[in-house]
This record gives sequence, C-alpha cells and structure tokens, in this order.
Amino acid sequence: MNVQAWTFTLVALSFALYIGVAILSRAGSTRDFYVASGGVPPLANGMATAADWMSAASFISMAGLIAFRGYDGSVFLMGWTGGYVLLALLLAPYLRKFGAYTVPDFVGDRYYSQTARIVAVVCAVFISFTYVAGQMRGVGIVFSRFLEVPVHVGVMIGMGIVFFYAVLGGMKGITYTQVAQYCVLIFAYLVPAIFLSLLIAGKAIPQLGFGGVDQASGTFLLERLDGLHAELGFAAYTSGVKSTIDVLAITAALMVGTAGLPHVIIRFYTVPRVRDARASVGWALLFIALLYTTAPAVAAFARTNLLNTVSGRPYAEVPEWFTTWESTGLIAYEDHNGDGHIQFVGPDATDPAGEPVRNELTIDQDIMVLANPEIARLPNWVVGLVAAGGLAAALSTAAGLLLVVSSAVSHDLLKRALRPTISERGELIAARVAAGAAVIVAGYLGIDPPGFVAEVVAFAFGLAASSFFPILLLGIFSRRMNREGAIAGMVSGITFTAAYIVYFKFVNPAANVPENWWFGVSPEGIGALGMLVNFGVALVVSALTPPPPAHVGALVDSIRVPSGAGPAHEISA
Amino acid sequence: MPQPKRRQSAYWRRNLRYVGALLVVWFAVSYGAGILFVEQLDRIRIPGTGFPLGFWFAQQGSIYVFVVLIFIYVRLMNRLDREFGLDEDGS
Repeated sequence: MNVQAWTFTLVALSFALYIGVAILSRAGSTRDFYVASGGVPPLANGMATAADWMSAASFISMAGLIAFRGYDGSVFLMGWTGGYVLLALLLAPYLRKFGAYTVPDFVGDRYYSQTARIVAVVCAVFISFTYVAGQMRGVGIVFSRFLEVPVHVGVMIGMGIVFFYAVLGGMKGITYTQVAQYCVLIFAYLVPAIFLSLLIAGKAIPQLGFGGVDQASGTFLLERLDGLHAELGFAAYTSGVKSTIDVLAITAALMVGTAGLPHVIIRFYTVPRVRDARASVGWALLFIALLYTTAPAVAAFARTNLLNTVSGRPYAEVPEWFTTWESTGLIAYEDHNGDGHIQFVGPDATDPAGEPVRNELTIDQDIMVLANPEIARLPNWVVGLVAAGGLAAALSTAAGLLLVVSSAVSHDLLKRALRPTISERGELIAARVAAGAAVIVAGYLGIDPPGFVAEVVAFAFGLAASSFFPILLLGIFSRRMNREGAIAGMVSGITFTAAYIVYFKFVNPAANVPENWWFGVSPEGIGALGMLVNFGVALVVSALTPPPPAHVGALVDSIRVPSGAGPAHEISA
Repeated sequence: MPQPKRRQSAYWRRNLRYVGALLVVWFAVSYGAGILFVEQLDRIRIPGTGFPLGFWFAQQGSIYVFVVLIFIYVRLMNRLDREFGLDEDGS
C-alpha cells in the first residue's frame, strides 16, 4: 500500500475506536459529564491526563523546536514536565479533597465571592480558547498534508469527531477516549524514534541512542552535531544562545502555567480518593516523560539527518521528501549564489576565503516530526501512523479544553451564578449545548484564525501562570488569604502579563528585542513575573483588608486532611 | 471522624516538611543543574556517552528526577496518612 492508503486506513481505524469508546462510556448525569462520576482509576486517569496535556504542539512541533534551538529547547522539556511536580505536591490532592467540578468552583467557594468566580470563569474561557484554536489548526494541517484535502475541510472533519465525543460523552466519554488516544499517540511517536535511533546510533532505545555513537562518523552523536554546527556557522547544539535569565523565566512560566491550566487541574477531580489524585499525577508524568525524553533524541537525530542529507548537496539530487514538502510551502530553497547547491548555514558562516555565506534553505520546524519517517526512508505504514498520532494528540487536547469551556458556562455561570434553581436535566442539556457551541467557535478559529491566534497559543501558559496558580496555592496554604486579595491578585497578574505580551507582539513588535525587555525577560517568559505580581498584590491587599469568615478557615482545615473526601462536589453544595 | 486540632497540625507540618525537601530537589535538578550551573557541569561528560552533564540534566535527567520525586511523595504521604489514621479507607 502507498502512504495515502496507509494513512487513510490508520486514521479511519483510530477514529472508529474513539467513537466506539465514546458511545460505550457516554454521560448520563452532570456528575458523569463534569467529573466522570469521580470513578476513574488513577492509572487510566494518568493516561488520559497525558493525552489531554500533550497537544499537537508536543507531538508535532516540539522535537522540531528543539532540533532548531538545541540547548535552548530545554525550556519546553523542563517547563512542561516540571509543572507536574508542583501539581502533585501543591495542588492536586487538596483540590480533589475540596471536591469541586471546575476551577472557578474552587475559586468561588474558597473566596466566598461571585465576583471571584466570574473572574475565574473569564480567565478559564480565555485561556482555553486561545489554546484550542491552535489545536484545531494543527488538525487541519495534518489532514491537508496526509489526506490531501483543503485545511478548512480538515478542520471540519476534526470538529465532527470532537463534537461527537465531547458533547455526547462529557468527561466520562472524553476520559476513556483519551486513554485510547494516548496509546495511539505514544505508539506513533516511539516507532519512528526507535527506527531512527537504530539507523543513526545503532541502539533501540532513543534515550540511549541520543548519547550514543553516530554510526556514520564513529564519534559521539552530540559531538558530531556540535562539530557540524561549528562548521556551518550555527551556535553549538549543546549550548544555545538565550540569556540565562530568559531561560529561567520561560521555564518557570511554563512550569507554573502547566500547574495552573484548568483542563489539567479538573482531571484530578475524576479519581475516587485523595491518594488516587496524588498517584495519578505521578502516572500522568510517567506517561508524558515517555514522549518528552524521546523528543530531544528525535530532535538530535533529525538535525543530524537534515545536515547530512541536504547541506551542501546539489539541488538536483535532493530526495523525494524534500520536493513533497516543498510543494506544501513548508520547505523553501532559494539559490542565492546560483551554484545549484543547497547552502544550509548559520548566521556566522563563511566560505574558505572568509566571505560570509547566505543561508538558502528555510524549513518550517513543524515538519520535522511529520517528515522524519520519510527522511529516514521508513516504511509507508509508519508515515500513516505518525499522522494518526498527531491527530490523536490534537483531538484529545481540544476535547479537554472544550469541556472546560462548556462546564464554565453551564456549571459556573448558569448553575452557580445566574440560575441556581436549574434542574439536573436542564444543566446537562445546557452543558451539551455549550460544548456544541464551543466546538463551533473553536472550528471557526481554526479555519480562519485571526492573525494573533498562533502567536498567543504559547502565551496561554503565561496567562494561566499569572492568574490561577498563585490564588489556588494561597487558597490552600494560607488561611488568611481573603476575597479582596484573590480578586486583586488574579486581575493584576493576568492584566500585567497580557499587557506585556500585547505590547511586544501586536502594538510594537519592532521593539521586541532583549534591550527593551524588563529584566531581560521575553514575552514568552513574562508569565513568571506576572505570577510574582499576582502573589505580591494578593498578599498586600489581603493584609490590608478583613480576614475571611470563620467557615472558610474550617474549609481550609478540611482540605488539608485527606480523610472523608466523599464524592466530588459534596462540600460546596 | 473529627481529629484533635494538635494532631492535625502535626500532620500538616510533616506534610510541609516533605513538600519542602522534595521541592529543593526539584529546583536543584532543573533550575540549578539544567540552567544556572549548566556551563560548569557541561565540562563534565557522562562516561561512555556523548552527553555533557548540564545538557543531559536539561534535556533528560531533570525529567527522570521529576517522575521519581512524585512517586516518593506518594509513598511518603500514604505512610503519613496511615500513621495519623487519616487514610480514606479508615473513614
């Protein structure tokens, strides 16, 4: 079978699996819909969390990002995994004990305030939508490349699938679909990685092949890569060019943002007991680490492969994958010096006479994972498998985010704020309508993304870091933190972060250079400062305003001990 | 099952001690070894591999440590819950 036939078959099979699982585990009550009745075993919850968390960005873009940035790419690796330590130690067990349905639920009850609840709803919806638009776009791109349909048709197919299992199944359907999606995506990621590792380093485990010996040159792979980089005028692969302060800030923003993302937090409401919440964070990170420790290996293999196959070669002799991707516009070659060879060089490259050489090749970093099987001439079925894995990653995250939007509207806004008398049935219908509407908005954002969407996706983390994390943490660890402090902290943190990003990305992009950044922190890392602003404002304001009422003190005491957790949402009923 | 206040705060203090100790390790392997001291550590090479030590911590090692940290926390807390009679099977 050719690539197209394999892709069709594997994508269709995996979709049939997801839909079958969704039908078998559809939601019958609001408790099913919001938290899967709190009955998910920790191991399954860990897998679902891993799929929920690992988006198209992790699956498709991350290895490419690292391949192009070398050491600087570490911010994503440490940032997107380190946050789970914070989640496990500082948030998950307490939020599970509290037993709410959503993040705004906790904020509203802990801070005894409808205003705080509404502020949290706005933050959650804003964060989720900026993030989900990028996922839908990712779905569209994978479809358009592998099924050869226009991007908007690809997005619509994706919408149909997500609509089906998010709207019908709610949290319960999503959870078990995500377990299946995790299996598909990790298999799809590891298979080509193992092939590449064998090919390049002669080791079946990519994590070891990464530190192993390059079969072609007989030196260590990383030394060979540093050598090639030096030859071609790039900064050394293992050292990077970003300033230390910026690397620190970006890592911190991604870590704290991960711990504050609403679609990840709500997953820990779905397990039966507090101890299961702790364990399930561990499982989630283990399953994530399987991909995240493979990604930098894939990056190094892909980089070596790329430099070996195209750099300095005559354009007339390029391999087939090169021309395939050229037709999508994701690879571009411009023969500046007219010699018919591909000069793929860094900014400091010079020719033997000492004259500077211009780079002639532009490669979209998103294609590295998708093109890898073709670059390494792997069998056709592997190419199809990677497409199915990329779709699983994008769809599972999109579904998790849409659920946050739908529960924020139906539960937090409608049931808890506007119409407390609504019946269980009415709330479930509202939740499904909201999920349906959210799919349509997300699809629209994916088909016709306003210019800023792609830019803002990475900043969803900064926004989550600067809004939710501090007040959740203070809500658990400080008995004195009050309503006024929390609201002021959330509003100032998210406003500060959003303003900094908007200024440097949209108002005055020309000024977006290290000399103008505050303390040398780029917009990507500003969430770390936003988090400090939130903490500072919250502590000062709460010290100047009256302490919280006595029942809140009792609530804080009760979430600090695990016993008597009860099913989700008993305490705040 | 109401707990005497003093016992509860002893439980909470132990919890905070565990969390503090584990976060120190979390900070040391990521921000410490992976970022702040990466250049010094990069002079050391992990024997038998091509990994400079700091680079390894930044791209692989810290992630392995994170996973282990969480499972250590789970073990410690399960033991603590039992010791204080706060585990959920007892309630």
